[in-house]
Amino acid sequence: MSVDMRTYLGHVELVNPIITAAGCAASGSELAQFFDLGRIGALTTRSITMAPRAGRPTPRMAETPSGMLNAIGLQGPGVDAFLERELPWLAQRSVRTVVSIGGGTVAEYTALARRLTDAPGVSAVEVNLSCPNIEDRGRVFARDGAASAEVIASVRSVMRYDVPVVAKLSPDVMDVVSVARACVDGGADALSMINNPLGMSIDTEAMRPSLAAVTGGLSGPAIRPLAVRCVWQVHAALPGVPIIGMGGVLTGRDAFELILAGACVVAVGTALFHDPYACLRILRELEELLAARGFHRLADAVGLAHRPPGASTRHRIDLEESSL
Amino acid sequence: MRETPVTPVQVTGTVLTTRRVDAYHALTVVAPGIAERFRPGHFVSVAVGGAQTSTLTRRAFSIHDVKPDYSGTVEFVFTVRGPGTAWLAERRARDTLDLVGPLGRPFPLPRDPVTCVLVGGEYGSATLFTVADALQQRGCRVDFVLGAASADRVFGALRARRMGETTTLTTEDGSLGLRGRVTDVLPGVIADVRADVVYACGPMPMLRGVTAVAVEFDIPVQVAVEERMACGIGVCMTCVLPVIGDDGVTRMVRSCVEGPVFRGERVRFDDVGTIPFDALGAPGGGSRNVG
Repeated sequence: MSVDMRTYLGHVELVNPIITAAGCAASGSELAQFFDLGRIGALTTRSITMAPRAGRPTPRMAETPSGMLNAIGLQGPGVDAFLERELPWLAQRSVRTVVSIGGGTVAEYTALARRLTDAPGVSAVEVNLSCPNIEDRGRVFARDGAASAEVIASVRSVMRYDVPVVAKLSPDVMDVVSVARACVDGGADALSMINNPLGMSIDTEAMRPSLAAVTGGLSGPAIRPLAVRCVWQVHAALPGVPIIGMGGVLTGRDAFELILAGACVVAVGTALFHDPYACLRILRELEELLAARGFHRLADAVGLAHRPPGASTRHRIDLEESSL
Repeated sequence: MRETPVTPVQVTGTVLTTRRVDAYHALTVVAPGIAERFRPGHFVSVAVGGAQTSTLTRRAFSIHDVKPDYSGTVEFVFTVRGPGTAWLAERRARDTLDLVGPLGRPFPLPRDPVTCVLVGGEYGSATLFTVADALQQRGCRVDFVLGAASADRVFGALRARRMGETTTLTTEDGSLGLRGRVTDVLPGVIADVRADVVYACGPMPMLRGVTAVAVEFDIPVQVAVEERMACGIGVCMTCVLPVIGDDGVTRMVRSCVEGPVFRGERVRFDDVGTIPFDALGAPGGGSRNVG
């Protein structure tokens, strides 16, 4: 029995819910050596910035139990080179592409959105809000609902109406639901969570921080419970908003967990470093799992763990049906 | 004179043999898809810890040898540095390993039969023997300079003596060959054999020294760097180092896909571990470099 794996990000249909996470698939061509990128739901680019960025010094990575710390510093070619080379390469191959953008000011995000608005091949824009806000002493936008909403509203106002704007949230906040709500009020069509929480490790041989940047983003299965919690809380508060869930997804079971919590799309990040075929394997495992549980449609499983105690798994009575 | 990149494959290979070589371990794995695509200088990345592993980053090792047995085997050499390599050291024949390869840009080989000095530090020399073989097939003369901290850490001295016209060994404690470092003896070797080109693999400070010597003699030097990486396929962006491009612009390039082999004089060894102020997209300098 095959399961209908289609899902929607806003009104953009994806053939299946498995996508790559921002910053984990470089330009796309690296993974294309291993499999046809058209077989996954979408590819999320690295966070594109206005100017080229050299990123952080090395060491940029430290392995931690069931995960890793990274401090890459948004290394990338800048929007000009992205529009000239990387995006056309993806568009020529009809790869559904979520373009992640990063900036230091509201104006920079807006300028990026303006550059993307007429570019062919942009399926959605994901706003990386975990960037330091130059106008707020370097505090990251994602920490502050109002700052996040301002960015989202500005990006939404210049982006084409048929390109969904996705707000990427950080778990390093007092109340993820309030930031999520502020972003939706600001015009976000969808939310993605979670970005890497900040972590740190110390090399006990050298007796110094393991990363040159001292702190870095923690990723991998170590943060999965944090991701499940954030998706759960946000879906409970905003059941109509599509959620891209991510954080330590290694298997189909892990993707299913985020779907049950309320995600309708699941992004795979660190797993790609371990296994270049991770997306296809996770997709296959997820489909098998859904079939084994008797689901005909992926959509029926989204947020299903929220059903009241005693309710049947098969007959969902939630009339809102999430975004699907 | 770059070779065209080959498409890597992921294989679940069976361990054929395991052996100890002085301070190092060597594993031979049946991996036909990797062996048939192999060029000297390529590396493999290995998943460690088994199916339920909590160590998610892959370990990268240069390929030491490729043999046609069982339709193709690859051998790599490593030293135990942490839990990942400790797990690898416990593998036995008939265990399976998840390998991705061949990865990286291989060593460019000269068209003419020239004289080549191959310099290896620690187990960096493991990658040099397939290079030597390919060079000799082209009629090149090959001389080796191998060095390490102590005798048990010099990898491949016997094989170097068999293959090379001359082989010079150095150890820092004097337990094998000459006391000192490879860079102490390299100028003499280059002068004696009238070397046309230098190939080197080993720790970064050694590559920096070898490059300085080759630059002094005004001969080309190809170095294979050993940077820490998480993926080996160009997506994690952790293995970058500052390299000067054909256009004179310094970029932070990935040693896994743009390397691991670079022209030595293009690598800004003094700036490894930093973002040079004039690198493309460096903080503060970024906007100057646009366009």
